[in-house]
Amino acid sequence: MRFTTKAMIVALTSTTLLAGPVSAELTGDLRIFLDTSNPAPRATMEAMIGRFQEQHPGLNIETTVIDREAYKTQIRNFLTANTPDVATWYAANRMRPYVEAGLFEDVSDLWAEPAIADNLASTKGALTIDGKQWGVPYTYYQWGVYYRADIYNELGLSEPANWDEEKANCAKIVASGRACYAIGTKFLWTAGGWFDYLNMRTNGFDYHMQLLQGKASWESDETRATFANWRELIDMGGFLENHQSYSWQEALPFMVNGEAAAYLMGNFAVAPLREAGLTDDQLDFYQFPMINPDVAMAEDAPTDTFHIPANAANKEAAREFLRFVVSAEEQTEINNGKNLGQLPVNAQSSVDDDKFLNQGFAMLSSNSPGGVAQFFDRDAPAEMAKVAMEGFQEFMLKPDELDRILAKLERARGRIYQ
Amino acid sequence: MSHAASPSATGQRSFWQRNQQTLAPWLFLAPGILFFAFYVIFPVVQSFNLSVYDWDGLGEARYVGLRNYEDLYWEWVDRDAFYVSLKNNLIWLVLYLAAIPAGLFIALFLNQTVAGIRLYKSLFFFPFVISQVVVGLVFTWFYDPAFGLLNVVLGWFGMGPVNMLGDENLVTYGVILAGLWPQTAYCMILYLTGLNAVDPEQIEAGRLDGAKGWRMLWHVVLPQLRPATFIAFVVTIIGALRSFDLISIMTGGGPFGSSRVLAYYMFEVALSEYGFRMGYGAAIAVVLFLIMMIFIVFFLRSMYRDEKRG
Repeated sequence: MRFTTKAMIVALTSTTLLAGPVSAELTGDLRIFLDTSNPAPRATMEAMIGRFQEQHPGLNIETTVIDREAYKTQIRNFLTANTPDVATWYAANRMRPYVEAGLFEDVSDLWAEPAIADNLASTKGALTIDGKQWGVPYTYYQWGVYYRADIYNELGLSEPANWDEEKANCAKIVASGRACYAIGTKFLWTAGGWFDYLNMRTNGFDYHMQLLQGKASWESDETRATFANWRELIDMGGFLENHQSYSWQEALPFMVNGEAAAYLMGNFAVAPLREAGLTDDQLDFYQFPMINPDVAMAEDAPTDTFHIPANAANKEAAREFLRFVVSAEEQTEINNGKNLGQLPVNAQSSVDDDKFLNQGFAMLSSNSPGGVAQFFDRDAPAEMAKVAMEGFQEFMLKPDELDRILAKLERARGRIYQ
Repeated sequence: MSHAASPSATGQRSFWQRNQQTLAPWLFLAPGILFFAFYVIFPVVQSFNLSVYDWDGLGEARYVGLRNYEDLYWEWVDRDAFYVSLKNNLIWLVLYLAAIPAGLFIALFLNQTVAGIRLYKSLFFFPFVISQVVVGLVFTWFYDPAFGLLNVVLGWFGMGPVNMLGDENLVTYGVILAGLWPQTAYCMILYLTGLNAVDPEQIEAGRLDGAKGWRMLWHVVLPQLRPATFIAFVVTIIGALRSFDLISIMTGGGPFGSSRVLAYYMFEVALSEYGFRMGYGAAIAVVLFLIMMIFIVFFLRSMYRDEKRG
């Protein structure tokens, strides 16, 4: 009995000691830069920072929200001068320039802590460069085909499981006077999503990554096979006409009005579609169908991240903030349907009970054995992404020019990855 | 006055008093010269220097000699982005000049005394007052393939729908047309002020000699408008060469880069979301600078001549 009491005391002391440094009062300033400028994510983030503030009343937190597009160019300035302590960014290759320039703090120590190591394993790869981790994720979301279930019912179609069914569906949709797919390529990246899926389904995840990292040729037979598949849909008239004039948002009304039956998009398209009046009975989701049965299914799931700039002043508080952001409770809270409406990165947190989040979560956790990609313009170097996505847009408008386009991309490859 | 001063007084005059006449203009010019040197000359030199480096704006700059210019040359040979940009710049230069005659004719038309003419003049001048961003948006909607006014109007004449900003052969003309709207207003206002200064006696004399219509315009009015024409040329050519805002708003350089001009291409390469090549951007800027230089030298020379004559 005495022995047990003593053991208990020892145990108690040790836990208190362990808890000690964590609950130690954080002081000073914590400057947070966010690119979550849309109203809903902005409110989510500000509420989350408010909860962090409550836990650390001694900390003087200053939050700056920058327009999402402007942020992409401003980050280059604020990482070098007048640096915040925490900043949002994107995973994978998109963070490489800053990692290589030594502007992001190595946070491998955080990833060694059990709370993160055990629960965030699925996204570790996306945050790893040169064997070290350079930030933590706070949200991710699935990509896939969002479609008008009512139109599919009207035409007697079902969710396609393979490429032949896909093309058969599309032929019927086109025959009914609609476009199979809404798409707006004015800002190019939407075409990158199509290429990601077509290439991963045709040649598999590994080849796709080799191509994006400059280790495979744009003029190879494999790459050409991808474009040949793409061309089948283009020749069929499967894509929305004049897509080069629309942004992805401007292409949404075509889907809402029933002029297009489906949309290959990220889960963020669900909110505006619901707002435009589509009910969950009208809107449904399927995984991009299999094309080549020999390659494993792989998915795009872009991850948004938090980083500590190397020049940050209050790295201790910044680390604590990162721990807070990825904690199971916060992940459940900020990713639920009322907030970001996306998938939590912590395995211990729960996915909000939303039709699309559930389907996406199931797809990514059990039906994506091939791997998880970030997105075309996050996996490929920025310059290559720009040239290639321009080529995709041109190909979608002038498929006969494929040889010239691929030659151009191959030249760009020779220059960019030296 | 100084000659009248006695020799002894001259010896006591300070350096400032002796050189006041020569120093004063320089002193007055100094702030301007300083700013010009610091904000114009210095960056120009810096850009020339940067154009021989490979630099991503973050890490170390690497000296690459004329590599950037070589790449530009190959883009030219391959009919790639640089070729398209340069070609579009030339189209801009030529077609943008249409603003000058258009402005002249509107000015002639408005140069009369009718009730409410001030209102009409203001309305014609309006597009120059509003922001280029607004002009760009208005024209984007005008051209919109789904609900744009242009296709409605074309439909009345049984002409087919066109996607002005989505067609790689039409897009540049579409953007230039949008740019001509405010530029014409600018030229108009220049000519309106010029017309105020036209000597009525010469018109009268011309009329007595039987000149009217085109002959009157060409031989009597236009020569008197020469200063206005000169300024209109300068602002239009400079405006055409630095066209950027409309392209950025209306097309973002697209579709697949076919509406780029040099200024926009430079921005894309060096400063946009996907841009990291500061040196390459600087090389494009140098090319643009040299093209502008041709015109600037020409303008400066004719201004200098005019000054001398005057």
